[in-house]
Amino acid sequence: MYKTVIGLEVHCELKSNSKNFSSSKNGYSTIPNSNVSVVDLGMPGILPVVNKEAVKNSIKMALAMNCEVPKYLTFERKNYFYPDLPKGYQITQFKHPIGTNGYVMINVDGVDKKAFIHDTHLEEDTASLDHYNAYSLIDYNRCGVPLLETVTEPCLNSADEAVAFLEALRSIFLYCDTSYARSDRGQIRCDVNVSLMREGDTELGTRVEMKNINSFSSVREAILCEVARQTDILDNGGKVLQETRRYDENSNMTYTMRSKEDAIDYRYFTDPNLPPIKIESDWIEEIRKEIPRLQYERSLVYINDYGISRKDATTIVREKNISDYYEECIKLGGDPVLVCNWLTGSVIGNMNKLGMNIKDITLLPGMLVDLIKMISDGKISGKQGKEVLEKALETGKEPSKLVSEMGLSQIVDENEIRNIVLEVIKENLSLVDDYKAGKRVFDYFIGQIMKKTRGRANPVITSRILKEELEK
Amino acid sequence: MDGILELKEKLNNGSVTSDMLFNNSINLAKKYQDEYNSFVTIVDNYEKIDSDSKISGIPYALKDNVSTKGILTTASSNILSNYVPVYDATVYKKLKDAGALLMGKTVLDELAMGGTGMTGHTGIVRNPWDSSRQIGGSSAGSAASVALGIVPFAIGSDTGDSIRKPAAYGGVVGFKPTYGRISRYGLFAFASSLDHLGVFARNVRDVAIVTDIVKGHDIHDMTSLPDDDREYSTLIDNDVKGKKLFYIKEALENNDNDVELAKILDNFDKVKEKCTSLGIEVCEESISKDLLQAIYPTYMSISCAEVTSNDANLTGIHFGVRGEGNSPEEIIKDARTKGFSELIKRRFVLGSYILQKENQEKLFLNACRVRRMIVDKINELFKEYDGIIMPAAAGIAPKFGQKSDKLSDKYLILDNHMVIGNFGGYPSITIPSGFIDNMPVGINITGRVMEDDVVLNIANKIEGTMEYANQIAKEMK
Repeated sequence: MYKTVIGLEVHCELKSNSKNFSSSKNGYSTIPNSNVSVVDLGMPGILPVVNKEAVKNSIKMALAMNCEVPKYLTFERKNYFYPDLPKGYQITQFKHPIGTNGYVMINVDGVDKKAFIHDTHLEEDTASLDHYNAYSLIDYNRCGVPLLETVTEPCLNSADEAVAFLEALRSIFLYCDTSYARSDRGQIRCDVNVSLMREGDTELGTRVEMKNINSFSSVREAILCEVARQTDILDNGGKVLQETRRYDENSNMTYTMRSKEDAIDYRYFTDPNLPPIKIESDWIEEIRKEIPRLQYERSLVYINDYGISRKDATTIVREKNISDYYEECIKLGGDPVLVCNWLTGSVIGNMNKLGMNIKDITLLPGMLVDLIKMISDGKISGKQGKEVLEKALETGKEPSKLVSEMGLSQIVDENEIRNIVLEVIKENLSLVDDYKAGKRVFDYFIGQIMKKTRGRANPVITSRILKEELEK
Repeated sequence: MDGILELKEKLNNGSVTSDMLFNNSINLAKKYQDEYNSFVTIVDNYEKIDSDSKISGIPYALKDNVSTKGILTTASSNILSNYVPVYDATVYKKLKDAGALLMGKTVLDELAMGGTGMTGHTGIVRNPWDSSRQIGGSSAGSAASVALGIVPFAIGSDTGDSIRKPAAYGGVVGFKPTYGRISRYGLFAFASSLDHLGVFARNVRDVAIVTDIVKGHDIHDMTSLPDDDREYSTLIDNDVKGKKLFYIKEALENNDNDVELAKILDNFDKVKEKCTSLGIEVCEESISKDLLQAIYPTYMSISCAEVTSNDANLTGIHFGVRGEGNSPEEIIKDARTKGFSELIKRRFVLGSYILQKENQEKLFLNACRVRRMIVDKINELFKEYDGIIMPAAAGIAPKFGQKSDKLSDKYLILDNHMVIGNFGGYPSITIPSGFIDNMPVGINITGRVMEDDVVLNIANKIEGTMEYANQIAKEMK
């Protein structure tokens, strides 16, 4: 059997007002060539100017991935010819990436693992091409957008680990608010390197690169496909060729793009138009302070300290806003398990139904905590609580107001309940005999009491008192 | 011939109008175009901008590798024969805002690569002093337009002496300031770490006046210097007594008793005497011949490498002349094969080779190290001296077809020492210093980085001891 060895190169577009080296807008647009300047187009005579916000976001990511940040910010040119690269070179980092020797924690099937980061570096994105039969169209909107490329060590050993890494990485981007990271908009893309090692081998096998895979599910499929292909070759005594392959989603197959011999020499050299800029340690520390507690760390606390399940923890940390909401509830005195149940159940369920985002809802953490307390205190039943929650999300009204409006507060006064119980018994005397005879009519009595109280009688107290009276 | 101050006075007292000056330049340009071929484009009109600057209303010429919105800019290359920029270079914008009148775009060696003025796509530029000779390059047309009296000043670019050499061959003043002093935004890049914009005029004062207008920090150019808040044109009259200059002993050897070189050295001796009369001390200093001989190969290595990358945008895909083919690769290849001359292709091949992974350390990075060694050596000497003074060239402007030994010391060292100004970004100026065989010759003064005013000051004073300021090659009829 073979050990699968995977390395990933993930490209992710960074948030910033303008592009990495020019002042044109960095923003998604459906109108082609609407966010373009002469600098993006590489017209003769133009010069790049570094975007500080993009650099800041790249440093933030480097720190969030536990990387070392260099003393100076420098850039190299990666030279090659292609229509999506108007200057004929891409400004990137080669010698001193903005982050090196880091790691990202991932968890697969309950097992924690450090995914080692070789480097993360800042560069500019290329234009996008649309290919037709007789022509291709070039849209330069994306050209020059700041791109952070993150390269892992060949330390991932399954498709699951690869996808877990991608999801963890995307989460870091979203938590740090450094990218929208939407696969459907091509803002996060991945090259995958796969090789196989035999048991006992000390050296890595020949690696095959698959370029530009655009969704995480495709990454999984591509890896499985490639592992199968390489396994087949090795089983039959062949040698895997070092090459670059293209993954095709439709056929679920990979195809040769270029071999090692055709490998391009990019002739990297330092870009003379961008003088080295000192990265002050004060600035680094300022940026570090802006990094919130990340998904992995929060999950650990939720699972180990709060005692909620991994599945629920995963649901909560998926979005920072939800996680922040959860933590706010706990800060306001909510019970972690109860809040978790309500959040992952009714709140998220209703939000999804209504197509809302947790940022949009008027049900503040304090209100949810109050609602849960009302149930714990017995003022309303769990079932009623769910109704109130649904209505609160729908109408935007506060739960406490809704409870009064809907007349839902539970009757917990024993005398009051006893009166109603006695009333119902009086109306159904024949059934009292049935009860004493062992027939199952208890629930009918409960039902009648609930009908009279419009569901407001506290079930526990009601049961107790009913039993008492029936036994008399 | 009138310089900027004289013309400005005439404008102010009403004896001429800017219309008259402009039309006069246009007419002269057209008159001399067939014989000397200074221009790629002669414009039809100008936009009158109100300005009280010292150059408002004054016509000038701009090298055709500077981006001018709406005006054809070809870099004298076929691949850009149809290219009309959509933005202005900063230097052009500053001149426009100062009210100066652009009257034409001048011929250069293709893509600024060359030192003969013979490789532009619209033909060779002839020397106004003798049309059987070149005027050097790459800023050939700009130098000629000033030497012919068509304009009082012109803008050129200098990557390896491309302003300062044609200035010497053309008998005019050519100044390359400190690297970053004039913004490069809009200058079609040749070798980014060596490229400078600079000024031609017929006297040092005019050069200083124009430099004052076009210098300054530019947010579009990260290599541009912060403003130095100095007005050069007021600093050039300072007393230069006590200044110390050196010349390079090894560069002035004449072991073969070359007749022309002997005359150059003779002329240089006269200039040294002028310096002494001003109280400037001129001393001989020694620099190892190995280092001096390395100047030209180092320059070729670095500049070819950088230009290969800088000119990779010339594909004909999104601007310029589109090629033909069935794939992007074919189309790009076709455009570039047809659009570049053999000389350009040779430099691109060299540059590519030099940057290849297996060669870069030895050929490119070593060249960068040698550049550092040369600059360190000059900086060491600049601790004691205020500048270098040297003949600008090893001879007069060569005749077309004249052969020269590229590996001789005379060529390697004396004809290429001004590259030192590009290696270290030093401010450097050539001024006319006399005639040999009826052809003008010049001397070059190079100073410490940022001391542009010192270099201009020294040059102005030395110019004042001679009678070659304001000369033009042809008398106006």
